[in-house]
Formats: sequence, structure tokens, C-alpha cells
Amino acid sequence: MPKHTFVLNGERVTVKVANDERVLWVLRDLLGVTGPKYGCGINVCKACTSHINGKAFNPCSVRIGDIAPDDEITTIEGLPDTVGRDLHPMQEAWIDRDVPQCGYCQPGQIMAAVALVRKVQREGGTITEADLDSIRNICRCGTYTRIREAIVQGARKM
Amino acid sequence: MTETAASTTDSGGDAERARPSLDRRRFVGYVLGGSTLITAASMLSPTAAAALDLEVPSLPQIPELIDLEDLQTLAAAPTAGLIAVRIDEQGEAHFALPRAEVGQGIVTSTTMILAEELDLPMDKIHVTLAPARPELLFNQLTGGSNTTVSTFEAVRVAGALARMRLLSAAAQVLDVTVDELRTLVGTVVDAAGNILTFGELSSLASSEVVERVEVVLSPPETFRVIGTGRRRTDAREAVTGTKQFAMDLDVPNALPTMVCRPPTHMGKPVRLRNKAEILRMRGVTHVAIIETGVAVRCKTFGQCIDAIRKMDVEWDLGDLKDESDDSILERLRRAEIPMVVPEVPVGARQIDLEFEFMFRSSAALEPYAAIADVRENSAEIWAGLKAPILAQTNIARELGMLPNRVTVNVVTSGGSFGHKLFGDHAIEAARASQAMGVPVRLMWHRADEPRQGRLHPMCTSRVRATMLRDEVLTFEQRHTSVVTDFSHGFGEAITSALDELPTELGRRLGGLVFSELIFTLTQELPYNLGLVTQLLSETDQRFSTGSMRNIYSPDVCVAAELTLDEIARQIGQDPLELRLRLIRDARVRRTVEAVAKRGDWGKRMPAGTAQGIALHKEYKGNTAVLVEIDCRPATVKRKIRDAVTGPRVTKAVIGVDAGLVVNPMGLEAQMQGGFMDGMALTLTSSCHLRDGAFLEASWDNYYYTRQWNVPPEMEVVIMDPGVDIPGGAGEAAVGSSAAAVACAYARATGRVPTRFPINHGEITFKPKTFIPPVPPSPTNGLKFTY
Ligand code: FES
Ligand code: FES
Repeated sequence: MPKHTFVLNGERVTVKVANDERVLWVLRDLLGVTGPKYGCGINVCKACTSHINGKAFNPCSVRIGDIAPDDEITTIEGLPDTVGRDLHPMQEAWIDRDVPQCGYCQPGQIMAAVALVRKVQREGGTITEADLDSIRNICRCGTYTRIREAIVQGARKM
Repeated sequence: MTETAASTTDSGGDAERARPSLDRRRFVGYVLGGSTLITAASMLSPTAAAALDLEVPSLPQIPELIDLEDLQTLAAAPTAGLIAVRIDEQGEAHFALPRAEVGQGIVTSTTMILAEELDLPMDKIHVTLAPARPELLFNQLTGGSNTTVSTFEAVRVAGALARMRLLSAAAQVLDVTVDELRTLVGTVVDAAGNILTFGELSSLASSEVVERVEVVLSPPETFRVIGTGRRRTDAREAVTGTKQFAMDLDVPNALPTMVCRPPTHMGKPVRLRNKAEILRMRGVTHVAIIETGVAVRCKTFGQCIDAIRKMDVEWDLGDLKDESDDSILERLRRAEIPMVVPEVPVGARQIDLEFEFMFRSSAALEPYAAIADVRENSAEIWAGLKAPILAQTNIARELGMLPNRVTVNVVTSGGSFGHKLFGDHAIEAARASQAMGVPVRLMWHRADEPRQGRLHPMCTSRVRATMLRDEVLTFEQRHTSVVTDFSHGFGEAITSALDELPTELGRRLGGLVFSELIFTLTQELPYNLGLVTQLLSETDQRFSTGSMRNIYSPDVCVAAELTLDEIARQIGQDPLELRLRLIRDARVRRTVEAVAKRGDWGKRMPAGTAQGIALHKEYKGNTAVLVEIDCRPATVKRKIRDAVTGPRVTKAVIGVDAGLVVNPMGLEAQMQGGFMDGMALTLTSSCHLRDGAFLEASWDNYYYTRQWNVPPEMEVVIMDPGVDIPGGAGEAAVGSSAAAVACAYARATGRVPTRFPINHGEITFKPKTFIPPVPPSPTNGLKFTY
């Protein structure tokens, strides 16, 4: 079985697993990193959203064989470290707006929000209604309104 | 907090507003034997009993006398299970809630109630979910938005009694009277500045024997925690990814397990033709045929998906294989109870409307999932369950064991919406573990959920109203539905409570079958509409159905409120004015007036856009919703990949009177979430049945509300109810939201829609395969990074 090495939440890890295993299951089932959630397995619900080299991606739809040794994967567990704090400003905004209901979608929502804000900021803009409309993450508890408010609030501190 | 003086206040000057007298605040609590202080109270609520002691006015609809909340509260009563608060040596409080947290915020609201009564900070109070406790029987069932209603007083009494005992213990130590002491965030202090912590006092306050103590609860005016907005106690875990759901638990050797399911709804497996080949696949450890399909256990879920896609299974397609939406609709029409042709004066006008509501999936984002470790003569289960005792009984029967050999651990679940009232996932995991002889971590694939999971049944609602000039003389509604499965314990709990009812009501309710009973208990039109009848009939038991959030109400409410708008149109009256003229309940009127004002009802709107208003009364409270919708072509036709766009609700104002509110911040969240559900029911979300199979298989074809559907403007107005009993909140906004959106849509387009959701007629996606039943895992994820 091939060995795969990559950087996970700041630490280099190596796993023995077939090339075509999807990254989500490497994280959850083999490495015990359970922040990214399963909600569809086909890149639709976005519950598994994490970052690769700082950009949002969905590990349910990426083979481990397509990950290079120096690729940096960040899950919700590693998000605060990217800013050297206990909580990322987006997580603080989430708590302040009391966003979560069941909480199942929220790791993915926050990872998507952080990437979206970074993208908008890279492009020199600020979050608009259209940006918020473009978010694909499902929340079956319907916390969408507070998610929108929290993103605007969290973006100001990013 | 406790107090001794009687007090009755009237803060609103409203005739309806009456604070209960001291007698209604006097309760019995217990100090239980233990080394530290343990206080307890019974869930048998004197208030609930008092509320049943009613005079019967003329011609009321049944929910005005007694509704589902009362029956559930009463159903919880006979077992009189005690719920207990323990104060440990650190002075922290512990309480195991006999209910399931599925996202609705009951852990937070229970913590708030205890913080109020104990005078202890919320982070020193640990509310956990109780495992299955058979002695609590139906007390341990979360449904019908009943939790706060039926536990409120018991939790208050246990908390208040603990505080009372800590004060008396301190009085002994300090040799003063209790009057000279007060509590201050987890301590007791006297005038001289002596401080004793709850931790120091706990064992002194404890008892060796059970003592029965009278407790007087303080009136709501003195609340300092209850009624203030508090954030969820588990928010930090949720946003850091440390909140654990069933699939996140570390149970040794419980390996990923999935089930290859039949191509038709409720089909059955006959045999696996290539078992040897599957067993040779990478990572596969076990394969077993169970009742619902072929289960496979592997090292990863990815391997389970691959194995399922390779399985060659012979299926029994079941009784539904020739059925489709139209054939089921046809059956429903045949089962409709005829209208009674009313005797109306010459010149009376008659309005006849007929609405159809399609199958909907009640699946949460967390799919059905459970861990099971079944041994020779015992079993342990971990799952999100709303009726754990029933699951325990069913699993034991399934495994051929005594219930006391089965331990059921309740895990917080990722949403329920009625889906987790049943133990389907726990039973299935137990079967798989038994068949394989090893522990399993069983999860449904997303594709399984809309196709095989619990559904909200398809139904029709016919309404006939007669009018003479401006007056409505009769209003008849005939609701005909595919059978709703109530076999999860809710039914038994409620029907057994019927025996406890005062005889007149018992007679009126006793003859109904359970689903009719639920219908009768939940449906109430808060309008003067002359002679009103609302009847339910059901047909067809072949589907896997359940009581999706708000059960019958959304559909019934949509049909009734659209009919009200139609009456208004025909008599040339404004929809709001018609409602205000006909509303017969002062609390409902206040809510409607509040949203009409906040939402600026009647403002000028461009062509193709409109406002809509609707209301719903249930759960000892009411909601009113005002929306603005944009149905102009540019909006309706906006393009988003793999999505339905359609009309956009641009603004929503939701008014809610939920009785006494424990946590307004949580209530607002429930209203917002309920709105997203209601809007989806009207505009976008349904399952299409074709040749015995549901076409939908994931969120890219089951169109639950997404960000591009969400109203950019949304406001929740919480009413001061003028009563001191909490109502239910978990579901209250769904019906009125669905109806307000439907009414707005009809006014914007000039056409009254008759089939819901309105987009059901057009299938805009390519159905995923049925064999294999799960789609392949994509490999191109890195193309979509941002
Ligand atoms: S599980 Fe990855 S997008 Fe749904
Ligand atoms: S909080 Fe439950 S799915 Fe989003």
C-alpha cells in the first residue's frame, strides 16, 4: 500500500492508504480528524469544506493520490493556528452571532466563509450580498441569516 | 429563586393578562439521599393538570380546550419520573435532561432555567442528555416542540429547592437565620461578609433519606436569566469542530459500515450474487444481508461506497414498483371525505379550492448514523434518538434480548425535524452488528436519505367556504394524506393519556384513530368562519413516513390561508383587514398587528412583486409572517449551477408569541430556521415518485433552501405574551411561513398555485442511478478551490 505524506494542520503526517481513497476518509477514518463532516460525498453539501494551501476545497471529492507532500491541508481544528490565536475571528463572529443550531454544518460553513472573505479581499473588495448568495454550503437547520451576519462581522476583523 | 410572599401583578392592563396566584406557584420537591445535595421534582405538572380543568364554551374547536402540548404533558405525567439536580463538591450543578438535543437549543434553555433558580453562572451548570431510562417511559420523548412546556416547572422546582437547602445549610453553619443570607453566584453570603461556597455546603445540605419539601417558585417579574438572550452553551464546540456527533465517537473496532439499498422505495434484498468478489475488495471486512439491504463493513467509508457500487444484488422490488406521483394522487382523491353541502341562504357564494402537496424528505444534514456493538447476550448503541426508550425496546426485540441487556446512549444529533423520532438507524446498526458479529459504525449514504428515509407524506387539502355578502358562513377543509407513521412511541404516549382526560373531552377525542387525533389536536383556525370543520382521512401505508417538523400544519395552513386570501379577493377586502376582522383571539391579533406594522403592510410594490401575510396558532402560542416576494422574470430565471432559483423572497418579518420565553436568542433562531423550512416547502423542495422510486438523491436535486433563496432582509418580532407558561417553539414558524410565501406568490403572479412546491412539475436534474444506489465519489475536487 502506498505511503502518502502531507502537512495537516501544521504537522507533517504520513499514512499508508490506496491512491484513490478520498481525502475526507483519510482524515476522518484513518487519522481521526472529525471536524470535516460528511453530508453528501459528492461535493454538493460542502459540510466537509477544509483548506488546501489556504483555499477552500472539499476533501470528499479529492483523491489522496492527488495530494503532494508539501500540500498544506487545514481543517477546522487547525484554523485558529493559522492566525496564531485561540479562535479565528470568523469563529468568534460565529459565537457572537450565536449561529450554530445542531452545529453539523458549521465547521464547513466557517471554512467556506474564511476562504470566501480571503478571496474577496484578494480581489480588493468587501463582502456583498451577491457574495453571500454564492455560498453553496447547506444548513438544514436554516441558520442562513445568522451566517450572513457573522461573515460580514468576521470579515471586518480579518 | 424562592420567595414566601404572595404576589399577583397585572403588568399589561389587558383583560387576558393574569398572573397566577401563590397557590399556582406552590409545588412539591424532593431531597434525595446522597453524600452531596441532590434535589428532584416530578414532571407531573400541577399547572398542566390545572389547565385541563376547563369550562367548555360553545362550539370551540378542540385545540382551544386541549391541544397536543397538554396531551404530551399529561402523557408524561403518570410515570411521574423524577428529574434530579446534583450539586457536587466543587459547587457545580449536574442535570441529565431526559430529552434529545437535536439543534433546537433545549440544553441551553434548561441551563438558563437552572442558572435562574440556583443563582449559579451558566458555565458551572452541566446539562447532559440522559441515556434511555425505561422508568421515565414517555417522559423521554422529544417531539411536538414540547420540551420546555413539560420540563419547565420540574426543572425550576428542583433548582429552587437546591438553593433553599444550600441557604439553610449556610444558616446552620453561620448560626443566623435564612433571612439574613443571600446567594451570590454560587456562594452564600451574610451581612457580615462571610462567604460559603455551594461546594462547601453541598454535603451539609444533603440528606440520608428522601424528604418531601414544599417549594414556592418566584413570579416571572423577578427573573434575571430567564427571558434574556443567551448564546448556546455548545457554540464553542460547534465552531471548533469538537462537538461530537455519532460518527465522531471513538468506539474501538466500530468500523465504517454502509448499506447497499434497493432501487425502489421499501424494496427488499433477496441475495448478493457476488459476495466472494466483494469480500476480496480492498478494506472490506464483513458483508451481511439485513432486512433493509446488504451491509458492508470496511476500514473507511470510501471503501464502503466502492463496495456498494460493485454489488450485484437480486432485489424484491416490493409493492410500490408500479406507483408514481399521479397514481398516488389518484388514490388520495378516491379517499377524500366528501364535503357536506351546507344549507346556505339564497344568494350565498361558494369558493372551492383544491391543493396538492408532494412528498418531502425530512432528512437532516447529518444522515442517519449509529454505532452498535452487539455481543452474545448484550448490546450497546450510540445514536441521536428522540425516543431512546422505544429504540431500546425495538432493538431488544430485534436482537432477541431483554431490554435491560441493551444500553442506548443518546448522542447529540445533527438536526432532527421529526426524522430522529424513529430509531431506524439504531435498529439497522444493531442488526448489522449482530449479523457480522463485530461492532459497526453505520451511516447512510446521502443518496439513501430521500430515497429510503422517512418522508412527509403526499396529501391533498380541499377547502370549501360559503359567503353571504361579506360574511363567511361555513369553512370546510378535507385533508387527505398518505398515512403518517406514528409508530415511534408518540402515538402510544398520547393515546394512553386520553384515559386521564376529563370525561367530556375524553369522549370527544377517544373515538379517533391516532393520526386523526393528532390532526384534531393540532389544527385550529383562529378565525370566526361560521361553521368550521377540518377533517383528516388517510390512505396507503406502504411508504416510510414520519411526522416532519410541524406535522400536518404547514399543508393545512397553506390551504386555509390561501383560501382566506381568495375570500378577501372575492369580497374586495384587503387580506390583512379581512384577517383582523375575523380573528377571534386577542393574542393572535396582537401578533398580526405587530408584523403588519413592522413589515409596512400595504406599501406600494412594483408589478411582479407582492407582499403576503399569514398566521398560525398552535403550541400554546401563535406566529404571523409577512413576506415580500419577487416573481419578475429576471429574478425567477437567474442562473446558478445545479440549483433552482425561482421566485426570491426578499424580505420576511416573523412575529411570534411563544408564551413565556426562556431564551429569546434561541427563539429567534428557531423562527429563522422554521422560515427556511416553510419557504422550501412552498417554493422548492419535494421528492418525485416514479415507478416506485424517488428520483432525488442529494442536495443538488432535493432543493432545500440555500443562500441564494434566503431573504436578504429578515426580522423576528417576539411578542410579550402576558402569560407565564412557556409554549413550544421548535416548529411554530413553519406553517405560517409556508403560507405567507404561498399567499405572496399568488398575489404577485395573479395565479393561486394549487400544487406544492410550485416547482414540482418540472424536473430540472438528471436522476442519479438506482443500481448502483450510490453515486461515485468525484475526483475533480481540486478544480473548484477558491
Ligand atoms: S460531504 Fe463533501 S461536499 Fe458534501
Ligand atoms: S446548524 Fe444544523 S445543519 Fe447547520
